[in-house]
Amino acid sequence: MALFKKNPNKIKDTPGDRALQVFCTIIITILLLIVGYPVVYVISSSFSSAEAIQSGRVLFLPINPTLAGYKFVFNYKTVWIGYRNSLFYTVFGTIINMVLSILMAYPLSKSDLPLKGFYNKLIVVTMLFGAGMIPNFILKSKLGLVDTIWAILLSGAVSIHNTMIIRTSFKTSIPNELYEAAKIDGANDFRCLTSIAIPLSKATLSVITLYYAVAHWNQYFTAMIYLRNKNLFPLQIFLRTILTAGQSIEASSVSESMQQQLADGTQQIKYALIVISTVPVILLYFIVQKYFKKGVMVGSIKG
Amino acid sequence: MSKKSKMIDPDLACNAKGYAWNKFKQSWQLQLMLVLPLFYIILFHYGPMYGIQIAWRNYRARDGIWGSAWVGWKNFQDFFRYYKWKLLVKNTLAISFYQLLAGFPIPIILALFLHVSKHKVLVKITQNISYIPHFISTVVMVGILNQVFNPITGFYGYIMKFLRSHHIVKSTTYYDIRSSEGAFRHLYVWSGIWQAMGWGTILYIAALAAVSPELHEAATIDGASRWKRVLHIDIPTILPTISIMFILRSGHIMSVGYEKVYLMQNSLNINKSEVISTYVYKFGLAKNKLSYGTAIGLMNSAINSVMIITVNFIANKLSDGEAGLF
Repeated sequence: MALFKKNPNKIKDTPGDRALQVFCTIIITILLLIVGYPVVYVISSSFSSAEAIQSGRVLFLPINPTLAGYKFVFNYKTVWIGYRNSLFYTVFGTIINMVLSILMAYPLSKSDLPLKGFYNKLIVVTMLFGAGMIPNFILKSKLGLVDTIWAILLSGAVSIHNTMIIRTSFKTSIPNELYEAAKIDGANDFRCLTSIAIPLSKATLSVITLYYAVAHWNQYFTAMIYLRNKNLFPLQIFLRTILTAGQSIEASSVSESMQQQLADGTQQIKYALIVISTVPVILLYFIVQKYFKKGVMVGSIKG
Repeated sequence: MSKKSKMIDPDLACNAKGYAWNKFKQSWQLQLMLVLPLFYIILFHYGPMYGIQIAWRNYRARDGIWGSAWVGWKNFQDFFRYYKWKLLVKNTLAISFYQLLAGFPIPIILALFLHVSKHKVLVKITQNISYIPHFISTVVMVGILNQVFNPITGFYGYIMKFLRSHHIVKSTTYYDIRSSEGAFRHLYVWSGIWQAMGWGTILYIAALAAVSPELHEAATIDGASRWKRVLHIDIPTILPTISIMFILRSGHIMSVGYEKVYLMQNSLNINKSEVISTYVYKFGLAKNKLSYGTAIGLMNSAINSVMIITVNFIANKLSDGEAGLF
């Protein structure tokens, strides 16, 4: 009605248009349910009692709410080692990622950079062809990186795809006049990068930081290939033993009473673990979310 | 390029070498920035390419890459002598194409619905919720699958119990879908779609938002229904984005997300779930047949490269160089 008052000449929706709207609403609601329901189900289960899960009674809200699953996980030392390591890999790995990516993206965003064509070819080849898992492994073992934190920190330290997004953002969102003005005022290229390019591309850079951080937090395969020392394992490796390989938790790291507890409430503990391990990433996503539209869009521009 | 060079001052052109060198010197700070990332790329992306030669050697760690004996095409032939090689290729392609055909159009269709709907609050909520699964790690995702499809305690078990108690399903045996051969592909592909469909809409929605409103207004005045405008305005606008995404996806046709396949594998579904990359890991790396694994991996990446170059070529041809990626 309000719309009608504002603009009396507005063309009214035809029945066909209205039917389309109803159809849209139905589809979107179904999508919301399909995506939202499993999330709610997992969270509710993590707060439910072990018996309720065991008998399959949890459907929507927690049944006999309890924090027992979380209490168990908090007392479980191995999980904390994993948590600490994952945090370390995520923070330092992302810093390395961002420094290298920005250092590469900024010069390549300049249209008059000498040797630019050569650099671009060098990069495109790596996008088209990868040597594969085993030559990579041989190289890293030759460099003595196997079973050190560097195998994790340096694996995929420059994502070409992400770097291209940063480059496009530098190129399209910052007018050249700005650099020229800064140059006249005596700024060199490093100063231009830190004082102009980075602050003006905050949206894209935050989104890329999120991409890198999530990739670090969630990766397990690299760790599985390169790490042997249990004290270096990220959280995902421990999760894997608990969540996907049945109940085979190493006896050495769990006391007997704990093993008993674990057997009683496995399902509930698994749900609690799922929630605890995913919360940091979701939190980061909600922090960065406001930049999404701007930052992600850059990736779709051909540049 | 040729037009530009003609316009250069003849004096300068004579001294082109000195000119280029001067320009290079002027950009030394930019070149300096590139040193570290380029060193990384050459070491960690080009370095392994040097090791590819072990595909034609019998690599032994103590002999090194150069010291190991040449064996010609033996490692490649070995793969085609392996009695299951056809199965591996078939599984890889089946999963890949299934994933591409089912997973590629869904985000596009959803983006159109989200764009057309006037229910802005519902759209906003749905968007934000639908991004969440994208951030769930592979390990946790497979963990959730294992939990939800647990035939006794999971949600799937609940549904089955319900159906059984109402005599809709007659059989009383507990059927474990997680270790069923027939269900593996569906479980793998649809859980992947569940994770990716919301996130996949972002790009298309951003592209749709860039359509000029005048186009829609003009079409409305000419009597176009919303549906007609979807067909003739919205879809043509996002076509370049669709093409770029398709090229990127087609480059991975031979590389199924082995991390997830590996986690979902068990002895009961292995005949459907063993793909080339999991085989490379298990036989090449874990069982230390490095040369053999490299050879298979090499064939795999070669096919991927050919695919991406071909699709890009076709896209360029069809659109006069507009829709290609490079």
